[in-house]
Amino acid sequence: MTQTMRLDIVSAEKEIFSGHVESVSVTGKAGELGIFPGHAPLLTGLKPGNIRAMLPNNKEEIFYVSSGMLEVQPFVVTVLADTAQRADDIDEAAAIIAKENAEKALANQNSQVDFAKATAELAEAIAQIQTIKKIRKHR
Amino acid sequence: MAIAKEVRTKIQSIKNTQKITRAMEMVAASKMRKAQERMQRAKPYAQKILQVISHLARSTSEYQHPYLQSRPINKVGYIVVTTDRGLCGGLNINLLKTVVTDIKAWKAKGVEVSLSLVGSKGTAFFKRVGGAVLGHAEHLGDAPEIKDLIGVVKVMLDAYLDNRIDALYLCSNEFVNTMSQKPTIQQVLPIVASTDEKLKHHWDYLYEPDNAKILLDQLLMRYIEAQVYRGIIENLASEQAARMVAMKSATDNAADLIDDLQLVYNKARQSAITQELSEIVAGASVI
Repeated sequence: MTQTMRLDIVSAEKEIFSGHVESVSVTGKAGELGIFPGHAPLLTGLKPGNIRAMLPNNKEEIFYVSSGMLEVQPFVVTVLADTAQRADDIDEAAAIIAKENAEKALANQNSQVDFAKATAELAEAIAQIQTIKKIRKHR
Repeated sequence: MAIAKEVRTKIQSIKNTQKITRAMEMVAASKMRKAQERMQRAKPYAQKILQVISHLARSTSEYQHPYLQSRPINKVGYIVVTTDRGLCGGLNINLLKTVVTDIKAWKAKGVEVSLSLVGSKGTAFFKRVGGAVLGHAEHLGDAPEIKDLIGVVKVMLDAYLDNRIDALYLCSNEFVNTMSQKPTIQQVLPIVASTDEKLKHHWDYLYEPDNAKILLDQLLMRYIEAQVYRGIIENLASEQAARMVAMKSATDNAADLIDDLQLVYNKARQSAITQELSEIVAGASVI
């Protein structure tokens, strides 16, 4: 019987695959990798490409990942797949958009939190909720 | 019959409102279940990435990433997760109250606070009361995606790396169960080293490309994003649960109101009939 190892492919939003496989081939940052049970511990980034997993029953499963990380332990392979396209400049653009949004949404205001105002506003809202609760009880 | 007619229209309008609140309750219930499923689905990733990070932290002892080092706190940052819509009871108010109390405590110690906001309720609040807001995202919808929050998280991570903040906290509602949601403030940065005994053995990794720093950088960033993502999903589940409960009690209240009004209506109708009868009888006796 051939040896198998455990393969987990997960993304932040869902689990994509989890099970035993005979071998895995992926596209790493530094090139194609074929991983068999007993591979040396390895950590690498992934390039957009397919992950081909050979299942014990001679079937083949293919998954596509846009990018992510690959961790290899002798009998456990973990793929942390990204769900979004990632690159430094894309991330940077997203950060700039978030900043712009903040500026747009909160135009002309001072940067100090006005605690008196905040407390007053919260107290008012809480009082309203409590009144509603009281009215409900008395009904 | 003037009163009876008025009451009848009122009953009808309350019935219409009740229909709406009942529909909203059912919509919230199904959305809550979906959000809970999403919470479950996000779990394996969070567990795996934490495992990899702790392996890595053990194997690269000579390099300490800034995310893992704690330093004296002069400025702090908060990522505040609120809902986009109202009608969910005291969910946002309770959270904002916790946040404001916390910020106040930091201010008392002379620590500056910057914020990054997710959700329009938080934005509206801090717009009125002020606050240094670095990043902002709203209308993420019922199925938020990681790519929607890369920006808000990166703004804070950059601030951390530039020493503009020394600690980062995530504020969101914890989904305890359908009936209760708890506002929580969780430390995101610096990452608290896990002391899990099971992970004691360490791996000597081969790195490709041959630089642990880049890989660790990427991993930690993903990890923090995953944490914030979980916070947002959990807040979403909390929102739907709170809305479901609020709408249920609104529906019940409407039913009570209808009962009361029905009584008033019946009485008015009866007295109108009695009056009419006595008028006829009186008229007949005159003849």
